[in-house]
Amino acid sequence: MLRQAQHPDIAVEAIDLVKDFDRTRAVDGVSLAVPAGSIYGLLGPNGAGKTTTLRILLGIIDPSSGTRRILGREQPLEAAAEVGYLPEERGLYPAMHARDAIAFIGALRGLPLREGRRRADELLKEHGLADWARKPIRNLSKGMAQTVQLLSTIIHNPRLIVLDEPFAGLDAINQGRLEELIRREARGGATIIFSTHVIAHAERLCERIAIIAKGKVAFEGRVDEARGRLRPIVRLRTRAEDGPWRSAIPQSARREGDEYVFELPEGGPEPLLKALIDGGAGIETLAIERPGLHDAFVAIAGDSAAAAMVSGETVE
Amino acid sequence: MMRRLRSAFVIARRDFSATVLSKTFLFFLLGPLFPLLLGGAFGSIGARVASRTETPMVAVISSPADFARIAAARERLATALGDPGVVRFEHYAPERDLAVQQRQLLASADPPIRAVLTGGLAAPHLVGGVDAGGPTSGQVDLILAAARERSPNAELIPVTKVDQSNGSLARDRQLTAQIGQVGLFFLTLMLSTMLLSQLIEEKSNKIIEVIAAAVPIDSLFVGKLFAMLAASVLGVIVWISAGALLIELATTGGVRTLPPPALGWPAFLTLAIAYFGMNYLLLGAVFLTIGAQASTVREVQTMSMPVTFGQVLIFGFAATAIGSVNAPEAIAAAIFPLSSPMVMLARAAEDSAWWPHVAALAWQMLWVALILKLGARMFRKTVLKSGPRQRRWFRRAEKASA
Repeated sequence: MLRQAQHPDIAVEAIDLVKDFDRTRAVDGVSLAVPAGSIYGLLGPNGAGKTTTLRILLGIIDPSSGTRRILGREQPLEAAAEVGYLPEERGLYPAMHARDAIAFIGALRGLPLREGRRRADELLKEHGLADWARKPIRNLSKGMAQTVQLLSTIIHNPRLIVLDEPFAGLDAINQGRLEELIRREARGGATIIFSTHVIAHAERLCERIAIIAKGKVAFEGRVDEARGRLRPIVRLRTRAEDGPWRSAIPQSARREGDEYVFELPEGGPEPLLKALIDGGAGIETLAIERPGLHDAFVAIAGDSAAAAMVSGETVE
Repeated sequence: MMRRLRSAFVIARRDFSATVLSKTFLFFLLGPLFPLLLGGAFGSIGARVASRTETPMVAVISSPADFARIAAARERLATALGDPGVVRFEHYAPERDLAVQQRQLLASADPPIRAVLTGGLAAPHLVGGVDAGGPTSGQVDLILAAARERSPNAELIPVTKVDQSNGSLARDRQLTAQIGQVGLFFLTLMLSTMLLSQLIEEKSNKIIEVIAAAVPIDSLFVGKLFAMLAASVLGVIVWISAGALLIELATTGGVRTLPPPALGWPAFLTLAIAYFGMNYLLLGAVFLTIGAQASTVREVQTMSMPVTFGQVLIFGFAATAIGSVNAPEAIAAAIFPLSSPMVMLARAAEDSAWWPHVAALAWQMLWVALILKLGARMFRKTVLKSGPRQRRWFRRAEKASA
């Protein structure tokens, strides 16, 4: 599917990635294509293989087989200066001052230390942490340390930002700030990949997603394509209990309280409405709902994978 | 290559600052004082106890004139042998009942008398817990013979002292070689635990993930190793300077009176620092590789003992070179990478040829690079779980067995 030649509009490409740990296959033939400048979500329950896929893409580990290309380079570390990475397990040197910690990560990515410190001061000020710039990380609150780590991910203005479960551990306000930061970086031209097991974040932020379950990509494409896999849902409440109108409702319709819930038939809303009116249903309410990403996820990855996902607005 | 070096420099700069600017570095600098103080304290206590209990004390019941000659002869013998453990004498004037006096003296606890000498120089007789022909009676025999033959004022053999002779230089250089080796051994012994735990910090606070995504693991290893090297060289320079200052203040003539090594002091000290660096890098690369496998301080502590034993073995192997730097075992120890720096330092003290040092330093550098490469690969494979792809034949064999 993704075996086409290297494309300049593709920031990250993975082809048939496989990773075995001893006898366990953590990643099983993962193929992805992340368009440059897009916000791309890796969705899947815990243990689905998202982090391992990201670690392979970043060159932290090598795949057992398959190929990867980051910003046009087959060796990910060659692109390290243009990549920012926020790992799932956050970590900074506790004795380092906040500005030095940010500048240090920048220096690892090739940013001169002096320039890194200057930018760190600016970023910390922008995020309301100016007073903490010269304080050791160990004196910062968990949320502050997390912000410092996030700032260290973008200090060198990377073209590709990889965030592994970036919303984990953040309160609702900070989740909102992070979403805004992601959007701003994307507007600035950066490509952003983030993994999450919270569907709401992906639904709000992503243009494209990959749904990963049990190490395999169950779906890869645009969010509306994922939703498009499901037909719209009809919610119908009638005055009449029975009558000829019942033949207009599919056999698979289920009752939820007073409502009938069923997929919109192939013909669309007009024939359905006509049949209901002509059949004397006495329509009280009729709503046609576009399926959410969660519904698409259930349909694509299955109930058990969906049960392990969080669909709410905020988590933790 | 430049990127790798730059990355290693970033890691090294961080580690060096974190080490040198911490309060604990002061303890590190004061480190050598503790064994010196402890050695001095326990050494003097031990020496006092040993001199009280091991040096035989003989009570001499004689005329004052005889005792003066015996004591003078004893001093000459002790000086000549350079041994303060030569039998000591205590004078007692003869009493009326000699048998009772003997019994009382042998029963004395302070001083603890081992034997009693009676009869003066004319008819000496030794009574006590000593064997005839044993070391105590043998020493008394020699002292009495010297006391009988020569007066205390007899002239000594005329001596003309020259600055150095080949024999005296060889001994001094062996001593320098030995001191150099022991110094090198203790320095790396002190640093080994620090090296074992070098990656614990990154692993425990999870920053390893960020570093591994940004720089090659080789750069991480090289950076960490060189940061510690720089910190320890700083320590070594402080210690050498403090030692030289102490010698300068405490002795007449100062450091100029120290016996010169075969290559001279400036070259020897330069090579000492170079070999310290190589010894540190070689053992350090091994320890860093071993320590990188540990996840907790407890695991590092468990590893410390076998690692220390390993170092002692290497030191023992290197020590064979002292006094015979061209012997086959010394050459083998010079070729074996882990003992090579210590052996070559001994050679620098005893042999004036330069080319073996150039060859040895190149050989040692090659091994540092090899061990670091291997260490980084092991770290990626075992810690980051980034194993190489299975070879085709291996996969086929696995399929066949499945």
